Amino acid sequence: MNALPWTILFSFAGAILALDAGTRSAALARRVGLVATLAGLAAALLAATRFTPGPGMQTILDLPWIPQLGARCHLAADGISLTLVLLTGIAATAGVLFSWNIEERTGEFFALYLTLIGGVYGVFLSADAFLLFVFYEIAIVPKYFLIAIWGSTNREYGAMKLVLYSFAGSALVLGGMLWVFAAAGGKSFALADLAAAAARFPKNDQLAMFGLLFLGFAVLAGLFPFHTWAPTGHVAAPTAASMLLAGVVMKLGAYGCLRVAMPLFPEALAWWQPAIAWLAIAGILYAGLVALVQDDFKFVIGYSSVSHMGFVLLGLAAATPQAVGGAVLQMFSHGVIAGLLFAVAGRIVYDRTHTRRLEALQAMPLHRLLPFGAVVFVLAGMASMGMPGFSGFPAELAILIGTWKASPIWALFAAAGILVAAAFTLRVVQISFFGRTTAAADSAPGDGLPFAPVTWPEKAGAVLLLASTLLIGLRPDLLLDWINPALQSPLMQAALKGGQP
Amino acid sequence: MNGVSYVELWRALLPEGCLTLGALLVLAIDLAAPASRPAAARRGAATALALMALAASAWATVRAGTDGAAFGGVFALDRLTLVTRLGVIGLALLTVALAGNLSRLANAAEYLALILFATAGFTLMAASNQLLLAFLALELASLSLYVLAGFDKTRPESAEAGLKYFLFGGVSAAFMLFGFSLLYGLTGSIAFPEIARQLAAQPPSALLVVALVMVLVAFGFKAAAAPFHLWAPDVYEGAPVGSAALIASASKLAGVAFFARLLWAGIGAPVAATWLPVLAILAAASLVLGNVAALAQSNVRRLLAYSAISHAGALLLGVMVAGRSPGSVVYYAVTYGLATVGAFGVIAALEAAGPSQRIEDLAGLHRRSPFLAGCLAIYILSLAGIPPLAGFLGKFAVFADALRAGGLTGPTGWLAFLAIAMGAVGLYYYLLILKQAFVAAPKNGAAKIFIPPAARLALGVAAVAIIVFGVAPGLILGAF
Repeated sequence: MNALPWTILFSFAGAILALDAGTRSAALARRVGLVATLAGLAAALLAATRFTPGPGMQTILDLPWIPQLGARCHLAADGISLTLVLLTGIAATAGVLFSWNIEERTGEFFALYLTLIGGVYGVFLSADAFLLFVFYEIAIVPKYFLIAIWGSTNREYGAMKLVLYSFAGSALVLGGMLWVFAAAGGKSFALADLAAAAARFPKNDQLAMFGLLFLGFAVLAGLFPFHTWAPTGHVAAPTAASMLLAGVVMKLGAYGCLRVAMPLFPEALAWWQPAIAWLAIAGILYAGLVALVQDDFKFVIGYSSVSHMGFVLLGLAAATPQAVGGAVLQMFSHGVIAGLLFAVAGRIVYDRTHTRRLEALQAMPLHRLLPFGAVVFVLAGMASMGMPGFSGFPAELAILIGTWKASPIWALFAAAGILVAAAFTLRVVQISFFGRTTAAADSAPGDGLPFAPVTWPEKAGAVLLLASTLLIGLRPDLLLDWINPALQSPLMQAALKGGQP
Repeated sequence: MNGVSYVELWRALLPEGCLTLGALLVLAIDLAAPASRPAAARRGAATALALMALAASAWATVRAGTDGAAFGGVFALDRLTLVTRLGVIGLALLTVALAGNLSRLANAAEYLALILFATAGFTLMAASNQLLLAFLALELASLSLYVLAGFDKTRPESAEAGLKYFLFGGVSAAFMLFGFSLLYGLTGSIAFPEIARQLAAQPPSALLVVALVMVLVAFGFKAAAAPFHLWAPDVYEGAPVGSAALIASASKLAGVAFFARLLWAGIGAPVAATWLPVLAILAAASLVLGNVAALAQSNVRRLLAYSAISHAGALLLGVMVAGRSPGSVVYYAVTYGLATVGAFGVIAALEAAGPSQRIEDLAGLHRRSPFLAGCLAIYILSLAGIPPLAGFLGKFAVFADALRAGGLTGPTGWLAFLAIAMGAVGLYYYLLILKQAFVAAPKNGAAKIFIPPAARLALGVAAVAIIVFGVAPGLILGAF
């Protein structure tokens, strides 16, 4: 457990070192990035081996920080945090491996990348609302530069849209948080203290505060109809940033909903529940259907992310123990799978073909030219469809069963979303890698490898992500044994029972 | 004035004494220097002397202590005075070190002497606890600033800036004096505590409202709050960069501290209902106008001016809730000043290297000078309110106070929500600046930028201070 704060420290220290290393050589900056993310992953794994699951957040570090505001530097973790810290470690390491080919301003790239990662770790480990918010905002600005400097298609627009949506969301959170803080007496930002005070607020205030906090966080989780930043941002971003954005940053929003909004206002959750659930379902179906007709490889995956995050939000809204547990599992699962999909589309395919138009890809016999990419993408596609054996299966199954208990109608609509996901995934697999094997394709230059061979960092990154999704697909209990006890804590129990004692 | 002690006066006024003496010495030595002496050497001597005077003043400020009223209540030596004086002296130090393009100005020594005089006015504003002294302090500062704004005789824009600032400032000073005279008429006293006592004892009158509106108009001008902001864009654009930096930073801090004291200690909470609504209107107008108008700017300095107007809205909100403790608004003003001085320092370095008025002139700054670009990012992100930089915590502390003062039912709570919403608008134009600096490629022929060592040090100090105050805000907040 005590190893967890090192994840934050390694990332921020790595950011400074990478900046300095970048002035010497790109290769050095890359190595700094890899070492820093690996060190973070190692710290997370070390903490995981020594973790005893239990209800409530286990304090790791608790120091006074700003007594005038009652803010403390309070780091703590439970099974939910640990799951997401582990995901961050995996996704961050894979992201570095898939950005091995960044040659321009490499030092700055990894400095921004690691700053973002440090902020993400911080959010997952904060037990103080102020500290959580500080880390949450630290994670916003690097995204702009990562996309605007190293991105592709329409990058400045995509970057600005994404950052303004994120910042508008965090403005809602800031307003809600300050309001709760002031109404609770303005003495403390500790989540436990705020929750204790929040129960006594007038009902209408609770509804509004929950609305601000939940919607603010949910913008970052891609809640329909505030999801439009996600596809444009993901498409414009460089591969590693897409992987992080879809894989980890969207989880920040869902985590904020689960950790801050829901436990503080269980009664308001019950009131808002139908609205959130239907928006989540709308997101699942709408984004899935849009993904079905895209002609840009990355847009398909961008919309699929929104669709999959809809399951997370639905699981949270259903607020039964099984659904919420499934939602956390889905956060992990989608983080890994989205990373994999973006890695294939952005790094393995686009960096070689220089086109993402499905029509153009269809004309290339990619399964022969890039067999490694084809294998990885088929596996990732299966995982994304929720095939048994991959992590998406237990996660979505748990969400559906848990949601059924809350409302069978919601579960039915969401199940239709799984069909849509299967449809758009199969379509994109078919078109991108197994296009028309025409005469033109047969006469492709030398029929050998017109593309640069797949490099070792790409293979290592793909193996890391595939192994993670397979492991959790086969042994979901590894994570569920951490997550379920965490749901037994008094704060979570209040949320899961909708405020009923 | 019983118990007047000249020893006490000496102690209370020593910071201003150091500054005034320093200014006179700067002038005298420059006058006495033989004409054969190269201009650079004279500039160097004057700068060194000015820095020494500021350092001595800071030392005298700390030595003056915080043991309450001094010299029969004319001065208030409390924590607000201490922090504000140190703040304006620090900001003036940075301004002197950063005004790298002094070489463009014919009479560097006079320029520096004026900065010292203005700073003496600022420190006196922070300490004054009486209407007459306050007005004198304000005028000492303002007159110096008018001249500073118009100091660059080679550029007509500078003359325009000086004239506009002078006209607006003169009118607002007249308003303030009129307001003060009405206050004196209502209460028969010029001492803040006595005025508060008298006002609390009498029923609210129309005359009081008139007096307060007059005073607040002057405050609105001083803080560049809408709708009295019209001078700000022209002055920020035309004035020599050091003058603009001083007007935007130290002058703001001194004004905020002085008006917080005047409104809460001098006029008092019992009649707050008469002046809080006026301040609320000014704050709301500034927040909206500043942020929205900034979106349309293409000139860096004008953009900073509109950003300053929006920050003035937040500062007014801070003054509205400074009754319990002025800690958060002073923290806000100090850290805002640091970021603004820094941003003007970057502009100064750019101006020395070529044109730097349009936002596009920042293009490729990361290539031309990574150090400058990095510092600019810290200043701008602090202005935008991104943690862990000090600008974030300033906003957070002020908004927290605003909501603690009355929840959402109070006007301050709604203003805090407005300010938070407008902050999201603000990020857009701040990012436009950073986009040019970090994303755009340098223009053809844009050379590397040389930064003088003193300016480099000052830029670094400002950036580090923003981070340190942001991570450890207790350094300022804990002083109250």
